[in-house]
Amino acid sequence: MRDVAIIGVGMTKFGELWEQNIRDMFAEAALKAMENANVEKIDALYVGAMSSGLYAFQEHLGSLMADYIGQVGVPAVRIESACSSGGQAVRMGFLDVASGMHDIVLVGGVEKMWDVEDGTFVLATASDQEYEAYNGVTFPGLYAMIARAYMEKYGLTREELAQVPIKNHKHAVNNPNAQYPFEIDLKTVLNSSMVADPLRLMDCSPITDGAACIILCPLDRAKEFTDKYVKIRGVGAASGPIALHDHKDLTRLEAVFLAGQRAYNMAGVTPNDINFVEVHDCFSIAEIVVAEELGFFEYGKGGKAIAEGQGTYGGKIVINPSGGLKAKGHPVGATGVAQIIEAYYQLTNQAGKRQVQNARIGMTQNMGGSGGSCVVHILEGM
Amino acid sequence: MANSQRYTREIPHRYRLEAQKFPSGFVSLPRRLVDPISGKKEFEKIKLAGFGTILTYTIIHVASDHFKFQTPFAVAIIETDEGARLTAMITDTKFEDIKIGAKVELVFRKIMEEGASGIINYGYKAKVIV
Amino acid sequence: MVGIVGYGAYVPIYRIKSSTIANQWGNDPSSIERGLMLIEKTVPGLDEDTITISIAAAKNALKRARIDPKKIGAVYIGSESHPYAVKPSGTVLIDALGIGPDVHVADFEFACKAGTEAMYVAYSHVKSGEMDYAMGIGADTSQGAPGDALEFSASAGGSAFIFGKENVVAEVLYTHSYTSDTPDFWRREYQMYPRHGGRFTGEPAYFKHILGCGRALLEKSGMKPEDFQYAVFHMPNGRFPLKVGKDLGFKQEQMTEGWIVNFMGNTYSGSSITGLTAILDVAKPGDKIFLVSFGSGAGSDGFIFQVTDKITEVQDLAPKTRDMLNTPQKVYLDYGKYVAYRKKIHFNEY
Repeated sequence: MRDVAIIGVGMTKFGELWEQNIRDMFAEAALKAMENANVEKIDALYVGAMSSGLYAFQEHLGSLMADYIGQVGVPAVRIESACSSGGQAVRMGFLDVASGMHDIVLVGGVEKMWDVEDGTFVLATASDQEYEAYNGVTFPGLYAMIARAYMEKYGLTREELAQVPIKNHKHAVNNPNAQYPFEIDLKTVLNSSMVADPLRLMDCSPITDGAACIILCPLDRAKEFTDKYVKIRGVGAASGPIALHDHKDLTRLEAVFLAGQRAYNMAGVTPNDINFVEVHDCFSIAEIVVAEELGFFEYGKGGKAIAEGQGTYGGKIVINPSGGLKAKGHPVGATGVAQIIEAYYQLTNQAGKRQVQNARIGMTQNMGGSGGSCVVHILEGM
Repeated sequence: MANSQRYTREIPHRYRLEAQKFPSGFVSLPRRLVDPISGKKEFEKIKLAGFGTILTYTIIHVASDHFKFQTPFAVAIIETDEGARLTAMITDTKFEDIKIGAKVELVFRKIMEEGASGIINYGYKAKVIV
Repeated sequence: MVGIVGYGAYVPIYRIKSSTIANQWGNDPSSIERGLMLIEKTVPGLDEDTITISIAAAKNALKRARIDPKKIGAVYIGSESHPYAVKPSGTVLIDALGIGPDVHVADFEFACKAGTEAMYVAYSHVKSGEMDYAMGIGADTSQGAPGDALEFSASAGGSAFIFGKENVVAEVLYTHSYTSDTPDFWRREYQMYPRHGGRFTGEPAYFKHILGCGRALLEKSGMKPEDFQYAVFHMPNGRFPLKVGKDLGFKQEQMTEGWIVNFMGNTYSGSSITGLTAILDVAKPGDKIFLVSFGSGAGSDGFIFQVTDKITEVQDLAPKTRDMLNTPQKVYLDYGKYVAYRKKIHFNEY
């Protein structure tokens, strides 16, 4: 396998993009990434999107996007793995370049979420449609049941849980692409409307339009295009049970553990070597469970550690310097790619005020459903 | 939401709680060809008696449109006495009686309607035994 | 011996008080409570309908009958509130309870007597020797128009009866039916609420048919009112059944046990027969029970039952009717909630 580099990135602002449709958003991000990487022609295209069919009534995104970024003729496919579609697309792009099949590969993610009214229904299609969604459960509901089980088992308090979105909003203040770049306090979280008890609105990542794209090439060719590039050092992916009720321990997301182990093994590093991590905080409880599965905290201790400041600048590890899904926004298919973009900025020292000092190795973790799929990347600055 | 075709296929599991017990002890309510624990393909057909325990739960305040007029309602993950895990709405129960560890009985109820002219979807819900 | 081998009722936990409805429309609550003798009525939950109520009642009947559901050869559900205009209710029931697919299924409708109609046909199948077991059910989630007198009574619930030849708990001694074309109450296709002839529903309809059926049944059997421990009649309100019973020669104490209308309301196809389940819950071997239903349109079915010594074995095998009626789990609805539960307001379609 060849080593693979990321040589350019581009994304739209995340938010309510009323003026842009799904192809407009993708084209903006893709053309920015190509310009950033100084490439005019790509060899292959991968598009991550969770549910363009239900959100935008548009399937066949590979062809559509290749057409609208002036690259008709290249092999182009869509990758779907619910909310981890973007990260899984990056993994496919990585395999494509690493295998020697293609050199210049564009990987993007996109989701147009604000065009439908019943987004709750669309997201619930990532659960077991016949045995979970049929019985009325929503995605916030699934994570609320994880939160309830975790709080009961480990004694995590409602106030401690609230520290996750408070931290992430604080990080987002310095992210110009973030949907909600402002701070919130404990009162804001605890007074926000109840979505799925015990989770309130401020525990939940928002509905977001957006697209994010990156350009991959063989590491040994990276310098031909740019001096700002990072190496993909480890890739790990795993699946878990589709239904939350089939997780033996309802306070765990085993697919995250497996994907993390695979990425650590491939990269030859341990959690102590990671300087920052972008995790999939679709709900506040998710960040806690994921940080434990990735080995940053012991099981049952992640919540208290993050509440004590161990997940921010000056703590054990900076978690979600971008603001995370909660504050940066969560256009589901784009999220996994946007996490990679944040890591790219951090490792090329372009993260501005949110720069993690001396960041050399970063990790991204992107997850689908209630832990039904997960993909982890470990990136290294050059 | 389920149209007639999809709905009819799941009737044995939803109406009668017909399940499969695999050699590892894993019990699956949906049809499966393979035991997710042991990988073995042999199983015994069983019928769940309809009693179980709440492992975790939530009270849903924001639902998808099909359940919009039922909010707030509780949903729980239940382990039946046979060891099958399932997700079910809780009915005819005061919220304060819903607790992790509470015993429930499964009852046959209307789950949702496909609008005013579509089919009516039935299935199991859980009722806390007070 | 042919008769009931298993019986079961189901009563939802939701209630609305007559006074809540009366206050909504500016009526005097005490005139409803005293005049119609209605204190409160049952309301189906948001997730309940005639099908789920029939299934819950039939499950209780199966618990008492202790038979393999596959042995049931026919299932009839009588109701004026079948959830589908076209598509049977009974098919859901047989698939939920593991009856069939070798089974005869039909849905019946005859205003408030569809339940006894279902029982009559189920009983006849067993008596003829056509099959070993047959089930008749009456259940309803009836609607009264907002502001109409029916709104005080139209309620939800139902009962199921399995007929057979072995281990009979209540033998059917005599039956009689009495029918004429009397449009005292009706609901046309696509109409949400029924209409009725007001006072015309009384003397020429309810009383004429129950008295006609009841007198013929007494004559046919050669029995007198005093031969019975219990009597139960269709209960459109509290007053009518007590009056019609008295007219036939029954005394108040014979009618008390089956008279559940004051806290249950009128469960239409489930009315008199749910009263019957309340009687069977407490009946002793040898007791005789006199039952006459009434369905607008109009007709009455009458049954004379004799309780056997098997009754005491089954009474405790399923929830008792009055226990369900008086459950501490009761939830009282205000009028706004009631209107939403009964879908009396127009919702957006999603």
